[in-house]
Amino acid sequence: MSESEGDSYRILVVDDEPDVEPLMLQRMRRHIRSGRYSFVFAQNGIEALDVLNNDPEIDMVVSDINMPKMDGLTLLSQISELNPDLRAVIVSAYGDMKNIRTAMNRGAFDFVTKPLDFDDLQVTIERTLENMKAWKEALSSRDKLVSLQRELDVASQMQQSILPTQFPQGDDFEVFGSMEPARNVGGDFFDVVQLDDGEIGLAIADVSGKGVPAALFMMSSRTLLKGSAIGLTDPGKVLREVNNLLAEDNESAMFVTVLYAVYNPATGHLSYANGGHNLPVIFHGDGSSTVLPYTDGLALAVLSGVEFVEGELTLAPGDTLVLYTDGVTEAMDAVNEEFGMERLRAVFAGGGPQDAEGANEAVFAAVREFVSGAPQSDDITCLTLRRGRSQA
Amino acid sequence: MDLKSTREGSNLIVDVEGRVDGTNAMDFQTALEGAIQPSDQGVIMDMGQLQYISSAGLRVILLVAKSLQKQNAKLLGCSLSESVREIFAISGFDKIVPVHDSRTDALKALED
Repeated sequence: MSESEGDSYRILVVDDEPDVEPLMLQRMRRHIRSGRYSFVFAQNGIEALDVLNNDPEIDMVVSDINMPKMDGLTLLSQISELNPDLRAVIVSAYGDMKNIRTAMNRGAFDFVTKPLDFDDLQVTIERTLENMKAWKEALSSRDKLVSLQRELDVASQMQQSILPTQFPQGDDFEVFGSMEPARNVGGDFFDVVQLDDGEIGLAIADVSGKGVPAALFMMSSRTLLKGSAIGLTDPGKVLREVNNLLAEDNESAMFVTVLYAVYNPATGHLSYANGGHNLPVIFHGDGSSTVLPYTDGLALAVLSGVEFVEGELTLAPGDTLVLYTDGVTEAMDAVNEEFGMERLRAVFAGGGPQDAEGANEAVFAAVREFVSGAPQSDDITCLTLRRGRSQA
Repeated sequence: MDLKSTREGSNLIVDVEGRVDGTNAMDFQTALEGAIQPSDQGVIMDMGQLQYISSAGLRVILLVAKSLQKQNAKLLGCSLSESVREIFAISGFDKIVPVHDSRTDALKALED
């Protein structure tokens, strides 16, 4: 993630474990030395509120949940009253969805799990700060002049801030994802989550609607998805839980299509569930391809209580799974013809992709060549997983 | 996008033509909501001439289905082209808006 020069941020860390402070200062020393971060520490919610009251320079809070005197969840509700611009990231036990849900409801921006992975924490901090910047800009532009283009710019920054920029890799698998945002409408995102036992969770999604409301809906979809993915193992259960959470009080009738898959690099086994999303394609080494079998589901946030049927299969060595959004298949040329499924399947007709990033780029190149300059009306997103032959 | 409506008894039939996407979803919503009366028992959306609907358009359909539900009315679709039918099937929206092969079938379904 890029760090804009010159910006510096003050972060309050709230944790009752005494070794958190030295560890944080040690692991974040590079960013402290560069002047990007400065840290303040508190041991419980009461101390944290004291610090916040006396130090108006604080930009974000990283807080544990279980602490004496005042816990992290209580602190969260106090923070939103004290200063709605402050962003909070919660540190929770692995898979503790109940507390994570409460935290999200009380306005937490994101969460990380224990034991702390400092690289992940740093990425999360950067995303949070980027989102906070976009949010502040949204507020100030609303104060000045509500221009639609301005709002769309802000929404697109929020969207970019939640996309992963680093991808897990192993001896026999690779992941790569990218998105080309449309100028006006768009709500695509993807996520890659490291799960227990070395499994990888892959999600691709498309939110209906545009502007800041859709971007906020996207943020909560992504966070709930990540939380459920970590807490639950079956893709169908993950979508069911996220759907039920999103469908509550959804007066705006926004929805999100999601395909969520769990991959086991050791065996090549892939299980998936589909919330109304385009069906991914597997490209085989010989250039042939298979569309993932349809499994029953519905776009998320439409109707609560929906069940999501799971499908499963095993990727052979050399197989490449391409998840994509309708921005790919519905990309249109100058005479309103769609790129379509057949053209997608033909991209690798001459031979399967050799690596994940290359596969992604080949799809984008094929779409670009097809539309040949016609205006892009929707985000184009691809997330690729390749089961590689073990490299000697 | 073009929208025409006719009434048959207590049912409203809406013909949607052309393309519904992010650029005209608001117009689609205004036109649709303007056509629906509180006394309507059923609304049939004839999509025979609908070439394409994006997720922004589906959202409008969801909004309308929700508000019709509040007045105890039903929303049905009919005559979908193959590509639009596929959009409804993959997104699961055929669970929210039951789709029928023809207008006659949809009217019959409302009578049952």
